[in-house]
Amino acid sequence: MGSSVSSKPSLPDSSARFRHHLPPNDLRRPLVNEISQQLVNGLALGAVYALIAIGYTMVYGVLRFINFAHGDVFMLGSFAGYYLAPRVAQWFPLPGWAGWTLVMVLSMVICAAIGILIELLAYRPLRDRPKLTVLITAIGVSLLIEYTCQHKAVFGASQKAFPDLLPAGVFKLGGLSFNTTQFVVLGVTVVLLAALTFIVKKTRIGMAMRAVSHNASAASLMGISNTFIISFTFGLGSALAGAGGILYGMTYTGIDPLMGVNVGLKAFVAAVLGGIGNLPGAALGGMVLGVVETFAGGMSGVSTYRDGIAFAILIIILIFKPTGLLGSKQIEKV
Amino acid sequence: MNPRLPLISAIAGSAALLALGLSGCKSGGGDTIKVGEFASLTGKEATFGTSSHEGTLLAIEEINAKGGVLGKKIELLTEDNQSKAGEPANIVNKLISRDGVVAILGEVASSRSLEAAPIAQAAGIPMISPASTNPKVTEVGDYIFRICFIDPFQGTVMANFATKTLKAGKVAILTDAKSDYSKGLAKYFKEQFAKNGGTLASELDYNGGDKDFKAQLTTIKGAGADAVFVPGYYNDVALIAIQAKELGLGVPLFGGDGWESENLLQVGKDAVEGNYFSTHCSPEDASPKMTAFVAAYKAKYNKTPDAMAALGYDSAYVLADAIQRAGTTEGAKLRDAIAATKDFEGVTGKFSLDAKRDAVKSAAILQIKDGKFRFLETIAP
Repeated sequence: MGSSVSSKPSLPDSSARFRHHLPPNDLRRPLVNEISQQLVNGLALGAVYALIAIGYTMVYGVLRFINFAHGDVFMLGSFAGYYLAPRVAQWFPLPGWAGWTLVMVLSMVICAAIGILIELLAYRPLRDRPKLTVLITAIGVSLLIEYTCQHKAVFGASQKAFPDLLPAGVFKLGGLSFNTTQFVVLGVTVVLLAALTFIVKKTRIGMAMRAVSHNASAASLMGISNTFIISFTFGLGSALAGAGGILYGMTYTGIDPLMGVNVGLKAFVAAVLGGIGNLPGAALGGMVLGVVETFAGGMSGVSTYRDGIAFAILIIILIFKPTGLLGSKQIEKV
Repeated sequence: MNPRLPLISAIAGSAALLALGLSGCKSGGGDTIKVGEFASLTGKEATFGTSSHEGTLLAIEEINAKGGVLGKKIELLTEDNQSKAGEPANIVNKLISRDGVVAILGEVASSRSLEAAPIAQAAGIPMISPASTNPKVTEVGDYIFRICFIDPFQGTVMANFATKTLKAGKVAILTDAKSDYSKGLAKYFKEQFAKNGGTLASELDYNGGDKDFKAQLTTIKGAGADAVFVPGYYNDVALIAIQAKELGLGVPLFGGDGWESENLLQVGKDAVEGNYFSTHCSPEDASPKMTAFVAAYKAKYNKTPDAMAALGYDSAYVLADAIQRAGTTEGAKLRDAIAATKDFEGVTGKFSLDAKRDAVKSAAILQIKDGKFRFLETIAP
């Protein structure tokens, strides 16, 4: 059989082979759709990681420690939305845009307050202690929040259904199905990141944050209140985590008191991947992680290892670029 | 329902107890028979643990109200394992070595029964699992029993259901890679489905507790399956159903007894409508045993029992029956008495224990309709 094919003139043979490699249009189309659908899924997941990763990176920027309780603030954001929604619905119809905006803003405010409170009660008394002490305290705070919230009198351990905040709309775009939530998640993330960049780069308080991050003692000599800046940073980061909590609840519907553990860990990885301390890096890291994880999750045979693959990529990137994708080299001062 | 009925039965019970109490008191060593129970009362599979515990407790109270066994009351010591790996081993160790229980009842989840079984086996204390369906559970040793069917049967039933009732030629499977139960069910489903001439559209995994299933569901949608077999637990299944609906998957989902929880309906709402699962029994069953059980359960807990509650109830009665027949609570004799259980008339049907210490009994298929579990058909072994 093989000899008869090779004896033929080359033109029809190569065209036959060409057809073999590129299936006809109607067969190729679903695959393209599937890939772009996975990209949309991945970006929506990555957007949430990005919002949380920024909180890790900002706190690291000013205090040089990892706030492990940050993932739990994200969880509290989701539950704030869960409990606020029925109350907000008394004034604004839910699902609806006005009600959604109010739930979102209130949850962000609540999370900001919780973040500031955590810093005030747990981290401020340890400000002059070794960083390791603060780090371990952060783990303690995280466990305290998780297990307190699992108690029956607080939220209870079982999974709850996140309320519908936005009118459900699935619209098709050439075989792709987008829903309102996915658009909103991406849109809100872009808006919040732009607002954050503006605050950090263009305002006086942002300049003060950068000054504290650069050299805390010099900043305080210049009349900047370090305490205020640190509180502000915690508030800002926690508000973003709160927004992430609402968006996550809207996308995946199931919320429970331990939801912050895995997502928080991933966001931390995203922050390291992008270069810890670097804001655009955290956003990029989140997106990369979300997309990679989604593609791995959709592949038969490797879907079990979706988390493993995400972490393997982190390791590979850190081998070649130890400061992360956008991180700059830190010079140790002696 | 007559509200005075429980009161009357309680009075009758205590009268019977008094009569027996006077004539009893033959064997020494404590005035109660201690039975240990480990269950997931909180955490991921909390509704299963709670249901089976409530069923077990109801049975023990009924048995005690009728005078207990061997003239002694049964004392149920219940411990919560928080649906966590590692906890069952600690708890069962404590129940056996510190509390000195004569038998262990539990668990629903196969992974956690598998953790406790070797401890009970080594200590020579019989253990009866109400609802762990993975075959490996009773393979641990001759002290380990179960009163439910096993996954090869459940997997076969669902494969035949997919072929005959759903008329599905191409099925996708979404398995919880963390759960022995889910993996076992998927395996036996695949074997029978292949025998029926069906093909697999795709085979994907998730990790129990995940919230994002869109990656897997997008692939399944692309593969063009007629139906999706999801042998997981209710928490994950609810989210899978919601996200499948969002992605416009548009084919039925079906699974096993891990679905049966009110939580599936509360979280999944209209997304779980029209989907199917196999389970042990249905409260809509008209048998006199079931009717009496549903009435007693409603009177005590003010809700309709599910299959886990019925199995918990049966597990306690099987144990009490065996203690009565053995005439002692000594481990080896009790083990032989449980193994000899034959044609036991339980709430979940009439069943016997086979040589592998598994119950041989029929399965029920339920469909979710108008926010309720509706009985569809019974499939005999």
